[in-house]
Amino acid sequence: MKKFIGIFLLLGSCCGVAWAGVELDSVEIDLDDKASLKRGGQLFASYCQSCHSAKHMRYSRIAADLGLNEDEVSRDLMIGPKTINDSMTTAMDVIEASEWFLGIGPPDLSLVARSRGSEWLYTYLRGFYLDEARPFGVNNLVYKDVAMPNVFWEIQGLQKAVFKNVDGKPVFDTFESVQNGRMSKEQFDRAVTDLVNFLVYVGEPAKPERVRFGKYVILFLLIFLVLAYRLKKEYWKDVH
Amino acid sequence: MSKWLARISDWICVRLPVDKFWKEHLSEYFAPKNFNFWYYFGSLALLVFVNQILTGIVLTMSYKPDAKLAFDSIEYIMRDVEWGWLIRYMHSTGASAFFIVVYLHMFRGLLYGSFKKPRELVWILGMLIYFCLMAESFMGYLLPWGQMSYWGAQVIISLFGAIPYFGEDLALWIRGDYVVSDATLNRFFAFHVIAVPLALVILVYLHIIALHQVGSNNPDGLEIKENKDTQGIPLDGIPFHPYYTVKDIVGAAVFLIVFAAIVFYGPEMGGFFLESENFIPANNLTTPEHIVPLWYFTPFYAILRAIPDKFGGVLTMGAAILILFVLPWLDKSSIKSIRYRGKIFKFALATFAISFVSLGYLGTQPATPGAMIFARIFTVLYFGFFVLMPFYTRNEKPAAAVPARVTRETPLTETLRERWPRVKEFFLQISAIREIKTSSGSVYRIPVLDVEALLAMARDRVSNIRKKF
Repeated sequence: MKKFIGIFLLLGSCCGVAWAGVELDSVEIDLDDKASLKRGGQLFASYCQSCHSAKHMRYSRIAADLGLNEDEVSRDLMIGPKTINDSMTTAMDVIEASEWFLGIGPPDLSLVARSRGSEWLYTYLRGFYLDEARPFGVNNLVYKDVAMPNVFWEIQGLQKAVFKNVDGKPVFDTFESVQNGRMSKEQFDRAVTDLVNFLVYVGEPAKPERVRFGKYVILFLLIFLVLAYRLKKEYWKDVH
Repeated sequence: MSKWLARISDWICVRLPVDKFWKEHLSEYFAPKNFNFWYYFGSLALLVFVNQILTGIVLTMSYKPDAKLAFDSIEYIMRDVEWGWLIRYMHSTGASAFFIVVYLHMFRGLLYGSFKKPRELVWILGMLIYFCLMAESFMGYLLPWGQMSYWGAQVIISLFGAIPYFGEDLALWIRGDYVVSDATLNRFFAFHVIAVPLALVILVYLHIIALHQVGSNNPDGLEIKENKDTQGIPLDGIPFHPYYTVKDIVGAAVFLIVFAAIVFYGPEMGGFFLESENFIPANNLTTPEHIVPLWYFTPFYAILRAIPDKFGGVLTMGAAILILFVLPWLDKSSIKSIRYRGKIFKFALATFAISFVSLGYLGTQPATPGAMIFARIFTVLYFGFFVLMPFYTRNEKPAAAVPARVTRETPLTETLRERWPRVKEFFLQISAIREIKTSSGSVYRIPVLDVEALLAMARDRVSNIRKKF
């Protein structure tokens, strides 16, 4: 067990260099933009869910939160035979998938926005570039040698990464388009924003509710504080 | 009606000493009248404790202590259980809040000498509470079964393995397996929900009973029992109820506002209260990139890392906690309150506080060689505060004469009102008015920071200090 301490110390020293040189792009998350969340949900169903699940997310919850009816949800968001009470599972067999993807199956994405953060997701999903050395022909800028293919190649097009030389080390400079996709760059960025927005919502569906309640609770406590303070003043009048 | 109530209460009090308890600990427990800001944290700790018990009970109704189900059951609470997210965030925020108020409560004890004779047992019982609290939070932290929970537990339990001869067996006995596993999760659940809370309830009760036996200390460090009126009531004492109950309600309201702000607007607290790694289910094949203990353990973790030898590190870390138990016998001074203690003690306490906070910061940072040097320096200072205490407190020269009776605490509002002209003057001195013309021709006059004035002021201060020496 002593090796754990060793791992502990070693890990400490190499943290922070993992994504060195890659700046994460900022993305605007708006959980009140229900149209964006819905578009993101559609993208998730058509591009992600064939391999990835979001098993903690129920369709009924999506319907309630995004103001959709059952028909809209089943038409736009469901893949395969499912009911409104099911959760967003995937058709892929996880154990089989683990074999295809060199031991690690596609992870569940329910909480990916909370573990990775929205900026990481936004940069990652737009960060696939051509790399002959990889099994799917693509590599990723923020997640080197990831086993995932670029599922957006058809709408994003193909791009290659241009590296510049800084002190003898290759540092990422820019992406260069090789083949256009169905969407323009702006359209694609918007689509990924919608998808990341949806993933942030899926990460914590209660968040809008939580933020909404906060102000009432704090307002109540402020009023309570004023009353409590005046009560204290009244009692303490005769203490000198 | 009131006659009936009186009869019922009489009936009960003959059989159960409710009235006696109420008098002894609330309505006729005389507390010094000069408690200040620092004295809120004891009652706040009790408030947080109640919060943890109540939210904990509700969480247990939906949580599954099973390595296969634990992680998912937390998400079930967060999504499908009515108000589950609120209960869970109150519990997770409460855990950190507990340590914040307990650390401030302990520091209050250091400031005003509350650990000193005759309150040694109050201090030791308090230290036992702190020790149980660490065990409680450490075991509770494993329950969500996230990556950091799992690897944090793995690392901390493996520390026991550094003990020679029986260490590995001890670690095995604690885990119930060769790695942290379902067996570990189950036993940690048992300890977290019943064994340790039960010990905590008993210890908190004893802590309060022991305190009420000797009476509360106060910011002047005077024993109010030494000045009593003809009826035996301390002249500087006021009944805890209603005076301090109404005062503590004000403190609780302020605390709850901060608490609610965190629960509703930032329960992750930038990764310090809820780590991003813990949103990934525990995986014994993938180690997180950077294992960090919870923020409230980081001072001790920094001490552990500062020692190059593993077993030595474990011993030093243990000593850092244990040495606090003997504090009442290390301090040889007869003065209790920081208000009247000598310069050396003030300096030592400040050094200790800075070392503790710095170690806490270093514990969250990667162990770079530079950070290690600082960690070692602060570790030495941390222990220096205790080990050298018998020497630097023996012949303490008081900074001021200890008064015979407690002094009046200036209310915060008054202090602010008094200091406001000086604050205003300072801001006027360091600000300059700049005129900004917009394209439409209107002129705005806005105050900006006058850096040169600020620098000149700083230079003045420095030369003044130089002149003194």
